Amino acid sequence: MQHPKISLTLVAAAVVLIGCGEQKKPAAKADAAMEVKIGHVAPMTGGIAHLGKDNENGARLALDQANDANIKLGGKAVKFVFMGEDDQADPKVGNLVAQKLVDAKVAGVVGHLNSGTTIPASALYTQAGIPMISGSATNPKLTEQGFKGIFRVVARDDQQGPAVASYLATQNKPKVVAVIDDATAYGEGLANEVEKTLKASGVQVLPREKGTDKTTDWKAILTKLKGKSPDAIFYGGMDATGGPLMKQARELAVKAVFAFGDGACTDKMSELAGAAAEGLLCSQAGIPPQAASKTFLDAYKAKFNVDPILYAPFTYDAANLIINAMKRADSADPAKYLPELEKGVHNGASGRIEFDSKGDRKDAEITIFVMKGGKIEPIAVVKGGKTQAYADFIKAMGG
Amino acid sequence: MNALFDTRNNPKLVWAGVAVIALTLLVLPFALAQVGTTWVRITNFAILYVLLALGLNIVVGFAGLLDLGYVAFYAVGAYTYALLASPQFGLHLPFWVILPIGAMVAAFFGVLLGTPTLKLRGDYLAIVTLGFGEIVRIFLNNLSRPVNVTNGPQGIAGIDPFSFGAFDFSKPETLFGLDWSGPIKYYYLLLAVVLMVLAVNVRLQNSRIGRAWEAVREDETAARAMGINTTRMKLLAFAMGASFGGVAGGMFSAIQGFISPESFVLVESIMVVAMVVLGGMGNIWGVVLGAVLLSFVPEILRWTVQPLQEALFGRMLVEPEVIRMLIFGLALVLVMLFRPAGLLPSAVRQRELTDERAA
Amino acid sequence: MDIFLQQVINGLTLGAVYAVVALGYTMVYGIIQLINFAHGEVVMIGAMVAFTVIGVLAPYGWPPLLVVLIGVACAIPACMLVGFTVERFAYRPLRRAPRLAPLISAIGVSIILQHLAMLIWSRNVMSFPQIIESRTYIVFGAAITNVQIAILAICVLVMAGLALLVYRTRLGTAMRATAQNPQVAGLMGVDINRVIASTFGIGAALAAIAGVMVGTYYGIAQYTMGSILGLKAFAAAVLGGIGNIPGAMLGGVLLGIVEALGAGYIGDLTNLCRYDWLASLLSERCANGGHFILFGSNYQDVFAFVVLILVLVFRPSGLLGERVGDRA
Repeated sequence: MQHPKISLTLVAAAVVLIGCGEQKKPAAKADAAMEVKIGHVAPMTGGIAHLGKDNENGARLALDQANDANIKLGGKAVKFVFMGEDDQADPKVGNLVAQKLVDAKVAGVVGHLNSGTTIPASALYTQAGIPMISGSATNPKLTEQGFKGIFRVVARDDQQGPAVASYLATQNKPKVVAVIDDATAYGEGLANEVEKTLKASGVQVLPREKGTDKTTDWKAILTKLKGKSPDAIFYGGMDATGGPLMKQARELAVKAVFAFGDGACTDKMSELAGAAAEGLLCSQAGIPPQAASKTFLDAYKAKFNVDPILYAPFTYDAANLIINAMKRADSADPAKYLPELEKGVHNGASGRIEFDSKGDRKDAEITIFVMKGGKIEPIAVVKGGKTQAYADFIKAMGG
Repeated sequence: MNALFDTRNNPKLVWAGVAVIALTLLVLPFALAQVGTTWVRITNFAILYVLLALGLNIVVGFAGLLDLGYVAFYAVGAYTYALLASPQFGLHLPFWVILPIGAMVAAFFGVLLGTPTLKLRGDYLAIVTLGFGEIVRIFLNNLSRPVNVTNGPQGIAGIDPFSFGAFDFSKPETLFGLDWSGPIKYYYLLLAVVLMVLAVNVRLQNSRIGRAWEAVREDETAARAMGINTTRMKLLAFAMGASFGGVAGGMFSAIQGFISPESFVLVESIMVVAMVVLGGMGNIWGVVLGAVLLSFVPEILRWTVQPLQEALFGRMLVEPEVIRMLIFGLALVLVMLFRPAGLLPSAVRQRELTDERAA
Repeated sequence: MDIFLQQVINGLTLGAVYAVVALGYTMVYGIIQLINFAHGEVVMIGAMVAFTVIGVLAPYGWPPLLVVLIGVACAIPACMLVGFTVERFAYRPLRRAPRLAPLISAIGVSIILQHLAMLIWSRNVMSFPQIIESRTYIVFGAAITNVQIAILAICVLVMAGLALLVYRTRLGTAMRATAQNPQVAGLMGVDINRVIASTFGIGAALAAIAGVMVGTYYGIAQYTMGSILGLKAFAAAVLGGIGNIPGAMLGGVLLGIVEALGAGYIGDLTNLCRYDWLASLLSERCANGGHFILFGSNYQDVFAFVVLILVLVFRPSGLLGERVGDRA
């Protein structure tokens, strides 16, 4: 979705911006660098720890780059200090580490990963006046609480769900759809939105089936569904469970089209399900990591020697949003830079970011992918309720 | 109890000790707040775990019934509070009404679990209680349909904090020239509750009921022969243990303001069992020690492992989270190897140790 | 009917996996009355070692079956080593300790193994090398894959082999004697430590086989995979009567079938809209093909535990269990 050339110019622009920022300042005294702490929270242990690491890498990269750029705020050289915390995807631990960050007087927080930990922790941050940007919490509730300084840079479930559902309904024209979820806040939330949209467009939706986020054996559920011969199956959950689901469906000769949300919209699906993954439809809130700006991808690969998995471009952007707002406000004081953060526009690794009054990303894009030859390929972009072919979207961006 | 609390031989020393402990507990949150409010929060959770461990100790330590699903009662208490004091049903009852209700509901669930398992012993009881804990969690996770009761995995948000009229436990304010943050206020409330529960436990242990439990634990058949109604005693243990869990759950709910089934997983049950066993089953002070240790050590590790590695190797080799879990696991094994009856073994248990195990 | 048959096949395969893991629990329990909580992690380590070996050998184009066998051949000693070590250092010193001490020690071991595995194999979900091409056969309208057939066959073989070992060899006799009464067995010249260590070794070898089975069947491996599998298998062992080898088999298969049929049918059966008199009460919900399902597939795990509890309430020592432990 991000054309390499465009992103190059964007980054060039960003570099110029940084340069300007430096020139504007009067010659600073050679004070010791002022430390600005930025917190990041994601699970580093447990079932989705790999995604947590991915998120952390994204934010860490942004901070390292900012440090290399020798940024000055209020005339003082600034050293950004990264504080990575593990919330174990547990709301209780989430609040503890949130408090730890508040105590450490971080200037801003990137995270958390899960909506389940982000929602309770957001109350702590907002009370302490610390801005928080999540790069991956998609549950609508987060920004519906009316808290100040709570943002997200990914599309909400109630944007993503309808997008993938209406794409499915209009392109594949199924009569009967089965909806499965993994009984987590994320999976169920997304599946509910999909079900709503499908029903509204006159598709018959079978009673919900549920596994867990650790389910490996889906055969009983799939066999039951086979008896009701749905034309399509939507699964709200992650790739670790979605892959086996699809593989087992094909083993049972279930022919339905499979659709997934962003949690299972990765190349990993073809690794996990093998040839069975061919033809799956899936959506990503925003743009896919492999479609993120090339400079970001190269820098990420160079630093961590792996490719980003899912949300790294978003946590990278979230950290940069905070840094850039600080630069514009010429201060790392949350009270001073928060207004800049609220109104700022940022062209990041995941495209153009602008916040609405709730703190959600304005006109967040949702990309629809299809699995072809073992890779997920973008085929359409849904933005503001309109579906565009991917090629057209890129062209429009370029023009 | 043990020598440390031997009031007969040295009453003055004991009172001095009590005074020191009381004073420490009183100023503790303000001292901790100097380091960081996080530590007050951690202390609050430690007190919650002390509550839980004391509750489980009644079942496991006193009555000798291994319960691996104790978190179910914690969950029941938490959800009772959340449903009666949140926008979920639009109910906002005051906490002093809900906490007793929560305790009673949890006690009811305790009896519900206890009744069918009366005949089971040892490991069979362990697996059934474990299953019970999972069943409760799965129900909480799925009771969003066909009728929405618990809001399923989305959890319940916006739970009312404790408050007396205008005095809100979650809001920071300045009283008597001191800064009272939310966690500090909760600390004193929790402290009061835990002291009450401790008192109940100490009284229970030396009461007729406590001795009856001990008899059931040591030899059920003999206990019955002595005229003890073992059925009633076992159910009473389940109910009382559960009710403490229920109270702890209600407080957890209010302090967090948000709960979801994720907080009540099997690992939590295992953690509480580990606290009881590590500290010393059946010994109230041992159980308190176990709960405090297992609550604080992982947190202390979280704060020390990373700087330590950077100082030693110049960079981070192994992530602190992994080390924390590795040390935690190792500690469980080592304590069991070298102090199998726990850090502060109960006198009775110690006696048992000298007997042949395969009786 | 073919749907029903399919569910039975699903359940049987799942049950066979449970059964092989349950055997490991039950053997150790039968001899020293210890719930080896870390057994699930040993299964995980088996899967991981095999994953690594097969991953390394896969590009050479050797016959797939040979590669998998080499994988198993490497996983078995690795798991046995883990089993011996854990027994020697975490359980043996605790044989005379109070009942709960080895249990807690086992929980500690399980945490350690899990996180060591995470250090070695990363925290990512890894796709198990799919070198055995999955073939689907249709039998009476139900699909069964070659991997499923292999799992069922291995399960029967393991069972038979174990029965031979326990009832026909000197080691088996020693094991049974130790299970009956370790003191007396010791007096009769049985080296109890060796027997117990062997039991752990055999259990670990079974865990390795189970790990490869799970990896090949589901195509994934992750460091957390052992806990839930271990839990279910443990439930299966208790269901059949812990300490009893045929019981573990029966419990595993029963649990698998209950889960499959539960997920497959209870949802429809508890859809109140299918009962006319209730449907009229719930007219709003039932209109236009609506539904009011009390227990859907979301309660899959509950069915398993409910069956377990019911069986234990009526048969407190499990289906085939003989002895009732009298220690709490």
